[in-house]
Amino acid sequence: MVNTKVNLSGLTLDNPVIPASGTFGFGYEFADIYDINILGSISCKGTTKDPRFGNPTPRIAECTEGMINSVGLQNPGVDKVISEELPKLAKVYKKPIIANVSGFSIDDYAYTCEKMDAQEQVGILEVNVSCPNVHNGGMSFGTSPESAAAVTKAVKAVTKKPVYIKLSPNVTDIVSIAKACEEAGADGISLINTLLGMRIDLRTRKPVIANKMGGFSGPAIFPVAVRMVYQVYEAVNIPIIGMGGVSSARDVIEMMLAGATAVQVGAANLVDPNACPNIINDLPAVMEQYGIENLTDIIGGSHNG
Amino acid sequence: MNNSFYYIKSHEKIAKDVYKMVLGGDTSSITAPGQFINIRLDGFFLRRPISICDYDDETITIIYKVVGQGTSELTDYLPGMSLDVLAGLGNGYDTSKSGDKPLLIGGGVGVPPLYNLCKKLISEGKKPSVILGFNTSDEVFYEDEFKALGADVYVTTVDGTKGIKGFVTDAFDKVDYTYFYTCGPMPMFKAVNAAAKTSGQFSFEERMGCGFGACMGCTHKTKNGNKRVCKEGPVFVKEEIEW
Repeated sequence: MVNTKVNLSGLTLDNPVIPASGTFGFGYEFADIYDINILGSISCKGTTKDPRFGNPTPRIAECTEGMINSVGLQNPGVDKVISEELPKLAKVYKKPIIANVSGFSIDDYAYTCEKMDAQEQVGILEVNVSCPNVHNGGMSFGTSPESAAAVTKAVKAVTKKPVYIKLSPNVTDIVSIAKACEEAGADGISLINTLLGMRIDLRTRKPVIANKMGGFSGPAIFPVAVRMVYQVYEAVNIPIIGMGGVSSARDVIEMMLAGATAVQVGAANLVDPNACPNIINDLPAVMEQYGIENLTDIIGGSHNG
Repeated sequence: MNNSFYYIKSHEKIAKDVYKMVLGGDTSSITAPGQFINIRLDGFFLRRPISICDYDDETITIIYKVVGQGTSELTDYLPGMSLDVLAGLGNGYDTSKSGDKPLLIGGGVGVPPLYNLCKKLISEGKKPSVILGFNTSDEVFYEDEFKALGADVYVTTVDGTKGIKGFVTDAFDKVDYTYFYTCGPMPMFKAVNAAAKTSGQFSFEERMGCGFGACMGCTHKTKNGNKRVCKEGPVFVKEEIEW
């Protein structure tokens, strides 16, 4: 018998497989497809202070081994998430969840995180610093160590729950940003968010996505994600949730060898609603194939020394 | 919704760039005309959503037009091969609102979902009229099939090479109707909305990520709040649509 349990900041997960934010809604709709209690945890749809419609359609473009989305954080706002969405999830999912939070100012982040902190079913706060900072010319909070640290500090001040900062890969030096978050008190790092991408329609000669650009995800970005998890693992001493194109049990193991303690599955859920259960079912056999008894033993296993 | 493999029973070209495919497999998740399936194709990351033209206990009929690389690839699939399909997606047309004389208005590849709808309306004792709009005569399909169901059928072509010259709305004065159902391109929707004298239901198309409500890629604003075309749609009632 292999052991698939992992530990994230004191939270024991039955397995490291977590559907990624934005690809799983608030989870309960997937309960019609399979028993979602088999999941390690669930990272819920990105939640903001106020309700958001998001961006105009088309919001989706296909790519080779991936896709671009420009949904734009559509969500009903934190109050409705707490009053309507989380209770629906609580009926069908009995484990602690990861609340994914976004904001457009430091105050936004603190406001939403403070409300999420009061929710018993929330085990971890995952703070997405990839959205534009409206007080700083639209530059994303996640693109500078200073602003990422400022968000981390503000959120840590309003919650006792573990705070994971979800970093954008659209930066020149992800390591310095991860270190700044760690120094500011982050309990963990989630990476990577989507890569900025674009497709153009040959017939209309215009961008496919109404918002022109969007976030590129899917198996095509897996090597970029593995590389960044590897780099960040070398530089920080807090756990990493690795994500970006994960679609198989082998990918989970590779991501953990790079340095991830747990793994999120994103775009794969959208093309195969059973992607997560398939990965969880396959995991023990793949572990045995590679002589892995305890999954925690391989975290960062590809690093020398 | 169910996800399984379906085998291709038949696959044929029925008009210019338009193909009809009959799939054998589990149809238990299909509950209403106007729902769709989402097909996975080798070499393409996202599935292709295609409306259900007709179904019975063992088969699903789809009619699709080649509009890009994915649908072009689909034409290479031969009878006997199998396809990974998510079936029974979306909410279809509600026939309870139709009155005695519903009007069905299809434009191009918007025509297929109206076929099973027409069948259902007739089985409920109603007398549907059907307007099928195309650009030109070699694009026309399913005129005879709708007639065989017992519907009054009018064909319009933009260039006048078949039926009434003009758009679907140019045939409106020929029919007396109590309600309408439509599927087709957005310019046609706007014309239908402006010309229609009754309430009705529109089946929308949108670029989708998943097709089952997970990604929020296809959301439309409606007067009843944000709705996902794939999950709460694709059918919306006239009164809730924001044009």
